[in-house]
Amino acid sequence: MRFDTGGSPHIRGDNRVSRMMLKVLLALLPAVAVHVWFFGWGIVVQLLWASTAAVAMEALLLKLRHRPVRPFVSDLSAVVTAWLLVLSLPPLLPWWASLTGIFFAIVMAKHLYGGLGYNPFNPAMVGFVVLLVAFPREVTSWLVPAGLGGWQPDLWQAVQVIFTGQLPDGLGWDTVSEATPLDLLRQGVQQQLMMDEIRQNPAFGTLAGRGWEWLAAAYVLGGLWLVQQRVADWRVPTGVFAAILLLSGPAWAFWPETNPNPLAHLFHGGLMLGAFFIATDPVSGSTTPRGRLLFGFGVGLLVLLIRRWGAFPDGVAFAVLLMNMAVPWIDRYTRPRVFGHGGRP
Amino acid sequence: MPDATLQCSQPPAHRFHGGLVLQHHKADSKVDVLLPVPLPEELVLPLQQHMGQPARPVVEVGQRVLKGQLLAVPEGEFSAAVHAPTSGTITALERRPMPEPSALPGRCFILQPDGLDLWAELPEPLHCERARPEELIERVQQAGIVGLGGAVFPAHFKLRHHKQPIHTVILNGAECEPFITCDETLMHLEAEAIIKGAELLVKMLDAERAIIAIEDPMADVCTAFEQAFQKVNAPMVSVRKVPTIYPEGGEKQLIKVLTGLEVPSGGYPGDLGILCHNVATAWTIHQAVTRGRPVVDRIVTVTGKGVAEPGNYRVPLGCSIGHVVTAAGGYTPQARRLVMGGPMMGVALPDDSLPVVKATNCILVLGEDEIRDPAPVLPCIRCGECARACPQQLLPQELYWHARAENTEKLVAYDLFDCIECGCCAYVCPSHLPLVDYYRHGKSLVRAEQMAERKAEQARQRHEAREARLAAEKAAREARRKQKAEALKNKGGDAVRAAVERARARKQEKD
Repeated sequence: MRFDTGGSPHIRGDNRVSRMMLKVLLALLPAVAVHVWFFGWGIVVQLLWASTAAVAMEALLLKLRHRPVRPFVSDLSAVVTAWLLVLSLPPLLPWWASLTGIFFAIVMAKHLYGGLGYNPFNPAMVGFVVLLVAFPREVTSWLVPAGLGGWQPDLWQAVQVIFTGQLPDGLGWDTVSEATPLDLLRQGVQQQLMMDEIRQNPAFGTLAGRGWEWLAAAYVLGGLWLVQQRVADWRVPTGVFAAILLLSGPAWAFWPETNPNPLAHLFHGGLMLGAFFIATDPVSGSTTPRGRLLFGFGVGLLVLLIRRWGAFPDGVAFAVLLMNMAVPWIDRYTRPRVFGHGGRP
Repeated sequence: MPDATLQCSQPPAHRFHGGLVLQHHKADSKVDVLLPVPLPEELVLPLQQHMGQPARPVVEVGQRVLKGQLLAVPEGEFSAAVHAPTSGTITALERRPMPEPSALPGRCFILQPDGLDLWAELPEPLHCERARPEELIERVQQAGIVGLGGAVFPAHFKLRHHKQPIHTVILNGAECEPFITCDETLMHLEAEAIIKGAELLVKMLDAERAIIAIEDPMADVCTAFEQAFQKVNAPMVSVRKVPTIYPEGGEKQLIKVLTGLEVPSGGYPGDLGILCHNVATAWTIHQAVTRGRPVVDRIVTVTGKGVAEPGNYRVPLGCSIGHVVTAAGGYTPQARRLVMGGPMMGVALPDDSLPVVKATNCILVLGEDEIRDPAPVLPCIRCGECARACPQQLLPQELYWHARAENTEKLVAYDLFDCIECGCCAYVCPSHLPLVDYYRHGKSLVRAEQMAERKAEQARQRHEAREARLAAEKAAREARRKQKAEALKNKGGDAVRAAVERARARKQEKD
């Protein structure tokens, strides 16, 4: 009797790229829920819109590149990119702006570099940075979170605003949107205000921004689950937190009047999203164990530098992209000791 | 009396990096009996069933041989003998497909059994205590014993050649691949002989101790050893349980778990004063020493969804695999892939007419739903699961890139040759990349390159030698020519002068 052959191993585990991506999406759900609670249904409309656009562009590009469409579209990586991009953007961003972001993420940053696995830069962050630079007004128009008298659109209102740009009667952009807590912090520091004075603004809550801190907590929840599921490597967020705590801690301890405390840094802006979901992107991040710690540390360090001295209130996207550039170098110098090669056993 | 030799309850002091907890499938085949396999119509006995040089035939075609008779002697030290597994007639010495992935042909004796199964006169038993170590090792060599765990390294070679004096003998009973239970069965049935085999090894090597390593779930084996220790007094032999993490049974990993030491890259356990042998090898050594019995058969686990009656069978060497499966109730309709060895490191065979050899510890017939389906393969996403699983602490994802790019320089720099091809990386890969295939390809590229470099170097040396020879010849020719010319010139000069003299003389005469 004859048999067909193949290389060993002849059995394999049930790990799959699509399963990992699905877990990332599931881990984002708590944050989506919190988002809806504080900022209304805009995020849901954006998620659906961006996912559809991302999958369509992915399929088109796969066709153009003569690659099999089904296995690559069903890996869900385009959806993950879309969600991460949208969660970094204001929920009522015009549809054409989200579309532009998705275009730069999926087409320019991902497929022009060779598609899944070949992109040196995090696609979602490329999309975000393009939007931030091209449409600064739209990308910084954040809604006032619930609890501060803000307006939370329902599903239909959100669809209208996103696709027509028309706010419901009696509402204007200057009333529904407001500077984010990080903007306030930045302006305050520029005006040489004391921390206590800045924090008197009702936009601040217990740790960081009101509403925002709950969003950050939801990212922590989902992120910890991802780490437990081994989809995200614990080393990356650990590196980020280590950098924030070790570097902003002493500054705050010595000059608490002019420096936010380290916990505030952690819960402000997109840091938790970045630490657990964006810096942990395996494709554009470091691939060695020690390299991942270092990569995370670098992201944390750059976020602090940009927040303090940069031209933008938050710096997660730039920090991640800058560290992406350093990845080949990090990987090269952080190779683990191979079994039987001397040194510490 | 609490037995000091049994440390089954002790947790191991050390661990190795990575590894996998795999589904066991051991119960499929585990029966506490050895099942017989009837003699087939013909036996195919390759001259090379071991690592090293093929053996040299010493019987003629047409000759009648007896069971246990020597058919081929080792060709040099790094080789092993081949014996007749039963009595019968040698009908041919020809090239037949060998049990390896591409079934390339190799020289084999074809033996037609006469059905009598008559033993030849075997060498006298040696006295376990009084025999000299070299005498014992000589016997191991005569009996054609090789590493029966699957690596088939000539046993006597390992016993004679090691950098450091051996202090610890490790008997590997940690059968970490799923499905395989041949060693477990042997330990269950022959615990006493294995302990005695361990003592023999200690004596041959003048070692201090022997450790028999068994896996956690082998409770029956533990009991068997406990009972055996009641009968034999073997203070130098102990049994240790190790946790069941694949590839625990790999020599390097086992040594690390038991001693905390790492076999140096490119080196052997002997460099650490440690020697590893499979438990089946130790048992076979005991048989050779006490009964003069050479390797004529082995225990083979026949298992998998594709086999009707899985179990452990005592198989005469040279039986076709198909014959053994027939003895095990034949194939089931699910049978899809034929593997010699375990599912992680075994080799897939194209045909079941190939013979059982000394390396055949398991015949595994996997079902359709068990095998790794080839598609769809996605690109590497650098998730690092492979690096997490790699027991050699390599970076399989980086090796993959360099193997794909056929960048041999980088492959060597990333220590490709430390890869033991255990398959952990490919097992966990979410993109289903056939990583081990890439590494095998990479290794062959590097080897080919090294070979080409060696050849180029030889060619260069030959060329230079030829140039030098030609230059020397030319110089010699030149010298000869010059000498001749010189001689001619001198001669020519004399002649002219003589003629001038003569003319002058004549003129004077005239005047």
